[in-house]
Amino acid sequence: MTLFKKTATELQSLLHNREVSVKELTAESLNRIEKMDGQVQAFLSTNEDQALSKAEELDKLPMDGRGPLFGLPIGLKDNIVTKGIVTTAASKMLEDFVPVYDATVVDKINEAGMVTIGKLNMDEFAMGSTTERSAFKTTHNPWNLEYVPGGSSGGSAAAVAAGEVAFALGSDTGGSVRQPAAFCGVVGMKPTYGRVSRSGLVAFASSLDQIGPITRNVEDNALLLSAIAGLDPKDSSTSPQAVPDFRAALTGDIKGLKIGVPAEYLGEGVSAEAKDAVMDALKVLESLGAEWEEVSLPHSKYASPVYYVISSSEASSNLARFDGIRYGYRAEGVQNLEELYAHSRSEAFGTEVKKRILFGMYALGAAHHEDLYVKSQKVRTLIAQDFANLFEKYDVIIGPSSATTAYKIGEKLEDPLTLYANDILTVPINLAGVPAISVPCGFSNGLPLGLQIIGKHYDEATLYKVAHAYEQATDFHTQTPVIWEGK
Amino acid sequence: MNFETVVGLEVHVELKTDSKIMSPSHAHFGAEPNMNIHVIDLAYPGVLPVMNELAVDFGMKAAMALNCEIAPITNFDRKHYFYPDNPKAYQISQDDRPIGANGWVEIEVDGKKKKIRIERVHLEEDAGKLTHTDEGHSLVDLNRQGVPLIEIVTEADVRSPEEAYAFLEKLKAIIQYTGVSDVRMEEGSLRCDANISIRPFGQEEFGTKTELKNLNSFNFVRRGIAYEVDRQVDVLLSGGTIEQQTRRYDEATGKTLLMRVKGPANDYRFIPEPDLTDIHIDEAWIERVRAEIPELPDARKERYINDLDLPAYDAMVLTLTKDMSDFFEATVTAGADAKLASNWLMGEVSAYLNAEAKELDATALTPEGLASMIKLITDGTISSKIAKKVFKELIDNGGDAADIVKEKGLVQISDEGTLRTIVTEILDANEQSIEDFKNGKERAVGFLVGQIMKATKGQANPPLVNKILLEEIAKR
Amino acid sequence: MTQLTIDEVKRHAGLARIAMTDAEAEMFAEQLEDMIGFSNKLQEVDTEQVATMTHPLPLYNVLRKDIPTDALDREEMLKSVKEHEDGQIKVPTIL
Repeated sequence: MTLFKKTATELQSLLHNREVSVKELTAESLNRIEKMDGQVQAFLSTNEDQALSKAEELDKLPMDGRGPLFGLPIGLKDNIVTKGIVTTAASKMLEDFVPVYDATVVDKINEAGMVTIGKLNMDEFAMGSTTERSAFKTTHNPWNLEYVPGGSSGGSAAAVAAGEVAFALGSDTGGSVRQPAAFCGVVGMKPTYGRVSRSGLVAFASSLDQIGPITRNVEDNALLLSAIAGLDPKDSSTSPQAVPDFRAALTGDIKGLKIGVPAEYLGEGVSAEAKDAVMDALKVLESLGAEWEEVSLPHSKYASPVYYVISSSEASSNLARFDGIRYGYRAEGVQNLEELYAHSRSEAFGTEVKKRILFGMYALGAAHHEDLYVKSQKVRTLIAQDFANLFEKYDVIIGPSSATTAYKIGEKLEDPLTLYANDILTVPINLAGVPAISVPCGFSNGLPLGLQIIGKHYDEATLYKVAHAYEQATDFHTQTPVIWEGK
Repeated sequence: MNFETVVGLEVHVELKTDSKIMSPSHAHFGAEPNMNIHVIDLAYPGVLPVMNELAVDFGMKAAMALNCEIAPITNFDRKHYFYPDNPKAYQISQDDRPIGANGWVEIEVDGKKKKIRIERVHLEEDAGKLTHTDEGHSLVDLNRQGVPLIEIVTEADVRSPEEAYAFLEKLKAIIQYTGVSDVRMEEGSLRCDANISIRPFGQEEFGTKTELKNLNSFNFVRRGIAYEVDRQVDVLLSGGTIEQQTRRYDEATGKTLLMRVKGPANDYRFIPEPDLTDIHIDEAWIERVRAEIPELPDARKERYINDLDLPAYDAMVLTLTKDMSDFFEATVTAGADAKLASNWLMGEVSAYLNAEAKELDATALTPEGLASMIKLITDGTISSKIAKKVFKELIDNGGDAADIVKEKGLVQISDEGTLRTIVTEILDANEQSIEDFKNGKERAVGFLVGQIMKATKGQANPPLVNKILLEEIAKR
Repeated sequence: MTQLTIDEVKRHAGLARIAMTDAEAEMFAEQLEDMIGFSNKLQEVDTEQVATMTHPLPLYNVLRKDIPTDALDREEMLKSVKEHEDGQIKVPTIL
């Protein structure tokens, strides 16, 4: 069995017994990338030399004091800033941008002794759900290279699915960790808003963005979230709630767990395969002692428009700083300041980004501020209230992570409204700020499906417990793409 | 037709925290360009603002000193506009929930007291500084980006240039007393814009207003408003209409010049700042900050009049700045007579500061030093004339008046025997003057006193000299 | 909601400081129409008694102490700046 198939715990024991070194693990990951990424196209950049020299340094450290993630390679979505390493957010705007500081999550993975292997592809500024909106390349789904990996954290999910890295970080504003995790058959967690610091995450929509771990199994995921979560003085929206050891929650015991299954999540637009997979999963959970019943999230149907109004409004604000003056793309041959602004931004932003900025400008303008922006904030209250109501009675809410399996590359590019409508399964979670995890729950035509488990604020531990119990009772997570073995 | 002047003022005051409002950069004035910067000030991708608690305290303190109500819940908003001195392309400010509102400041013009209402006081961040070069381009220095500001907006209650001047002087004094700002216009830590309109007396509706900028001193505010009012009157009387404009005051000519015609109201697309939390201000917080507010100028003024028997004018002048007022109180506490201390501070001390263009704390004079001198005057040890010499020494080099007097031999001659001998000698040498005096020429006494003072290097006790002189003349 | 004209799209693009040709504006007009139409659904929700939700979590009074830290090195900062002069960031003529 090769190293890239092993879990963090297995690798830790190999490191401890000196059967493998951090350098060998790092080299293995770089080799996998060398071998696979020509097809998958998950990475925008790798930092081989830095990674190998850091691995050598880590190998010198004593065994005592090494944590559960020590020496393990990780890939980062390219909207997480890394000091001295180009961070592009997959935009021409930041093509040559070298940050002068590290994101808080980068500080934390460094403290955990992890090795950053490279930066992962994404939709430009995280706006998209296929990773086709990257300014640089299209990432392919390792399960079938003609299909998208989902998005916007498509590079992160594809790299984990292809066995290039066992750990990746993505970001989730409206489903951008969970949906690609589902499309790529891996585990993706969107933590409670405020659980993980956003300091150093290139902002898309500040009241929705959250960084989350993507891994091949639930235990690895729990370990990575434990490492990156926590109060950060650099991010006022991080919660002072203590971060539990999420691995300790993986007891397998879900007897008496109360599950709500919203009718809206199994309604029109959700494919039969996705519904069937969820119903099968509920049977598995029942067999483990859980109980479920159908419930309702009555304002779900408004979640997509609310999401697009709020996220585009905040994006138009957050992306205004890219003006060609202090960093980033600067248009040539301009005569004056106004031209510098207009040409730099026109030449460096992609079409989807421009569209969202324009929609945000429209929603925030005096003419529609009340009926779009303020209205959306009010309906957001109702959507959050729907969840609060259900969580008075249920421990978790379950539904599909995506309405279908992955799309063919190019298939949905001209059909944005269908894409937006699909978001109904994921965006309400960000609007309410609650956590949700996607775990593999089946296949259709060789493409993976994901089960979404949604929890109370700060109750990621229960999500991990349920996801883990389900994972251990099924074998979806042990299946691998055809290209996995290098065929 | 007679017109009434209607003015509202918008005053920006920089708060003197050590670090900026949203970032931990140093906030002090006068650093080399782009040396007081932080990744947050540059608006790098991924940075987040974190609110400075002291800036909130200072904003509250200023608002309370201006008699504002403090908002129980306040928050910050993004105000969007593109400009090179505004790196995020939004300024973090406060829109509909300012920290303070509904305050007032009492002013006095020509003996009449009046309240100017304060509509709101809100916290925000300052912008960077742009310098326009001769070659056409501009240079951006972000040292000032993120320095905490309060914006104070008055109701349109000001009715004359003099009221505007009095308001600003009072506002400056109050803010200075609270210690939240240096309020130095020359360093930009106090900046003022004026919204000016006129209307026929008796009309309730406001006229169209112009906004006046580039007012770099209180005098320019006064002159700029006066000029602008005259200009508007001329326009109306010649049949024209006032256009909504932004104008600038030109210091060289004293005129106001058109900057731009205002279009439809700016759309700043305010949104609540998602990266900062709301601020809940409870009674305990308010009381903690209130307790830190020192006695304000009006209260001090009243106390000087009632407890120290100072004339109202003295009390007003002494309380204009906290430095002067504190110095005065310390001088009195050190044992000086209050009226004499006031006379010296308003007279010799102020004249010296004006002549030398110095602040009080930049001189060697201490309240104890000044008090020691005043005590010597009161007990007759030195004359006022000698005191001026002592004062010069005290303000230049410091020290104690008694030591200076001893060292320089400046003690007043009050010994009758000594003085009588000197008087006799002078009379012997000036028989003609005695004759003149006896023939009714009063001036002759002045001449004789002058001779005596000259002989004693000014140290003779004047009343005693007069007394002995008349006695000795009578004997002859 | 009203039809979005090319001029309106260009006005918003102007406010967003994004240069745009007529052809692009036409494309965006169509796409924005779709998004606006899609958002119109919100008008059917009764929000008379509903407060706005501006933050996902009810945190308040997150403040830091007034303690300055080391500055960002100016030379480091200037590395990302395409044009600069005497330690300052250069911008073209402001109209």
